[in-house]
Amino acid sequence: MQHYNMNLTLKVWKQKNNKAKGSFESYQVKNVSSEMSFLEMFDVLNEQLVAEGKEPIAFDHDCREGICGMCSMYINGRAHGPWHETTTCQLHMREYKDGDTIVVEPWRANAFPVIKDLVVDRTAFDRIIGAGGYISVNTGNAVDANSLPIDKQKADEAFAAATCIGCGACVAACPNASAMLFVSAKVSHLALLPQGDPERKIRAVNMVQQMDTEGFGSCTNIGACEAECPKGISLENIARLNREYLGSMLSGSKQG
Amino acid sequence: MNWKQYFSTSIGKKLQMSLTGLFLILFLLVHCYINAQIFYMDGGKRFDEAAHFMGTNFVIRTVELGLFAFLFIHIIQGLLLWSKNRSRRSVGYQVSAGNKTSAWYSRSMALLGTLILMFLVLHLFKFWGPNRFSQLTGGGELKLYDLMREEFQLTWVVVVYVLGCISLGWHLIHGFYSAFQTLGLNTFKYKGIIRTIGIGFSIIVPLIFALMPIAFYMHWVI
Repeated sequence: MQHYNMNLTLKVWKQKNNKAKGSFESYQVKNVSSEMSFLEMFDVLNEQLVAEGKEPIAFDHDCREGICGMCSMYINGRAHGPWHETTTCQLHMREYKDGDTIVVEPWRANAFPVIKDLVVDRTAFDRIIGAGGYISVNTGNAVDANSLPIDKQKADEAFAAATCIGCGACVAACPNASAMLFVSAKVSHLALLPQGDPERKIRAVNMVQQMDTEGFGSCTNIGACEAECPKGISLENIARLNREYLGSMLSGSKQG
Repeated sequence: MNWKQYFSTSIGKKLQMSLTGLFLILFLLVHCYINAQIFYMDGGKRFDEAAHFMGTNFVIRTVELGLFAFLFIHIIQGLLLWSKNRSRRSVGYQVSAGNKTSAWYSRSMALLGTLILMFLVLHLFKFWGPNRFSQLTGGGELKLYDLMREEFQLTWVVVVYVLGCISLGWHLIHGFYSAFQTLGLNTFKYKGIIRTIGIGFSIIVPLIFALMPIAFYMHWVI
């Protein structure tokens, strides 16, 4: 692919802190290489801002390999930008051409309050996992890896659900700011394996209750979450979460 | 948790929507079957027999009470969920994904439902209301076939009915699939079948309903 440079106009959400009222600011970024990642383009912009004595734009990032889930930009109306199953750090500037205007916003959800600029607080996800995303194991030596037979299809489905990196794109993309895809992935990878069995009757219920407490919306089966998920977590997981919930409702104890 | 608590979480409320919605789908099927009797072209003989049964049978009349209760839950819970879900994002996006990540009708269930409700009010006012009123006041059942023939000569009534059926079709395309998803039945194995049956149902049933006013208006049935 031909390498080229471009000049871009960025409209970025700036917000001093959680309490402040934010607004969009425009920036001109010059000589952006088509081989840069989207975050590298932001690095260039921030260096430019620092050199001019201005405050750089705050954004989340960590591994820059597409596996940590930290980068959280809503780019021109799309979570992590327009590429399928891609995080922001893996979106490359060859997507854009000279003279483009790009609007960058933080994840918008009341359950994800803005900390600063493009950085949002996603600890609501940690509290949901704390409410039920665990298993009970005996202390002592680890059991032999092959002592619990698990059929291949189940193992694959559990693994597919476990690839969820908790980035929050599902919430950002959902018109209801629902966290159902995330919760369903976290319930699914445990529900599919024998290790997750002891807490089966309370896990889904407890996690759903925590999800409601955190202020996420409810699922209306629209599917925007699945379309934007960088790990391709499927809606079948939400069906499974609903089944787990129903199972607990119809046969569970009063615990939980 | 007790039953009430189970039905009060976000999934519980969706279960209310799903179960009442599936009941309404069953109702549509029966209603469509009964009304399609007009297409026997026998001057409404079979239709009036069927309508007489539905209007006087004790079991059917009892289920009718349940139908109104379920309809009420479906409408109220749907509107409550819609307003609650909208409040979950106080600051909206400058640029929205639009139809790139989801279908317009799946995001417009409350709007489509409200359109169906507006149609339903007119529909009850035109047929169900006068008939029950006549029954309760000792006037006996109305000749519903004659009433249909009369009402469906009015252009605006036919237009509203066709628009109501179109709204119903779009509402069903998402609603049918969504009801099964909420019950957790859209597994890898069944989701294709459910989707296909759902789309078929959402096209065929509203189409048959829409053909009724059109058929009277165009004098295909007399």
